[in-house]
Amino acid sequence: MPSSHPALGRMVAAAATAVAVSAAAVIYLTHPASDRVPGISTHAEIGGPFRLTAPDGAVVDSQDLKGKPYAVFFGFTHCPDVCPTTLSQVSRTLHELGPEAKDLRVYFITVDPERDRPDVLRDYLSNFDSRIVGLWGTPDQIAVVAKEFKAFYEKVPTSDGGYTMNHTAILYLMDRNGEYSAPVGYAEDEASYLAKFRALLEGS
Amino acid sequence: MRFLRLTLLVSFFLLGPIGAYAHEFKVGDIEITHPWARATPPGATVGGGYLTITNHGSQPDRLTAVSTPIAGMTQLHRMTMEGDIAKMEELPDGIEIPPGASVELKPQSLHIMFMALKKPFKEKESFEAELTFEKAGKVTVEFEIEPMDADGSMDMNME
Repeated sequence: MPSSHPALGRMVAAAATAVAVSAAAVIYLTHPASDRVPGISTHAEIGGPFRLTAPDGAVVDSQDLKGKPYAVFFGFTHCPDVCPTTLSQVSRTLHELGPEAKDLRVYFITVDPERDRPDVLRDYLSNFDSRIVGLWGTPDQIAVVAKEFKAFYEKVPTSDGGYTMNHTAILYLMDRNGEYSAPVGYAEDEASYLAKFRALLEGS
Repeated sequence: MRFLRLTLLVSFFLLGPIGAYAHEFKVGDIEITHPWARATPPGATVGGGYLTITNHGSQPDRLTAVSTPIAGMTQLHRMTMEGDIAKMEELPDGIEIPPGASVELKPQSLHIMFMALKKPFKEKESFEAELTFEKAGKVTVEFEIEPMDADGSMDMNME
């Protein structure tokens, strides 16, 4: 931005934001309503096969998860609010469940693979419960997986030339057959997390 | 004397936590209450800052900038939930504080976005930041760092 025209710079930034927000609104509004409310969409519509990379280099293939329930969250590390709070809640829930959930894995799939390289994901997740595993893929791989889960994400430019992101803030609970079981929403409390995780573990 | 000492000791324990959390700062007609930030995960380069601003004057004022040595860059953002989608928006013109009103910066809402953090925010630590208001000018406040999933309510902190 030319520093001699701060007002112009602000207008350009505001216009860019407006364009991004409008585009998001169009995508959001043209999405069938059932996609936005996983609770009432057909369960079979959400989820699908994925092969992504964990920070230790291991490939996590959803085919290998058969027989074990798991959870999926789409986030990014430059996220000041939703991601750390959700990860804290998940950590507390897993801690509370203890050995009952010893095989449960919660996958934190980055929607910002350019900045969230595997080593960044490893550091970021190191203080949370070890059952939370970061997953990385190429931008194309991430786009495919997000589409399978009907998860939305997009970059939002900021005035410094960088960006932040809009993204779906749902924790998707997947049952032991790899089928979508239930969502946990951002605003849900500890008791709700615990009840839904228990139901997932006890489910068929 | 012994009684006085005991009273002081008891007061310290009773009032200590209130003093620590309900801290206030003033500049001109602007009063700032309880600046706090959430602890950040290791390696995180961003963190949210929250506080309440009250304008006791008769003119609107505007929070235009925040700066602190612990962050390479700071912006003012608004987070909103649209259905299940968390949305972020930068507020390049700052945040207006109408006369006689209080504006709360809090999770899932208006917040200070500390970026390019030089080190993670650690719970129970604190840091200073300078707020710039269009009319009232600059004021340095201290942000207390609370747990990663704190919601900023004082009740929770006093537990």
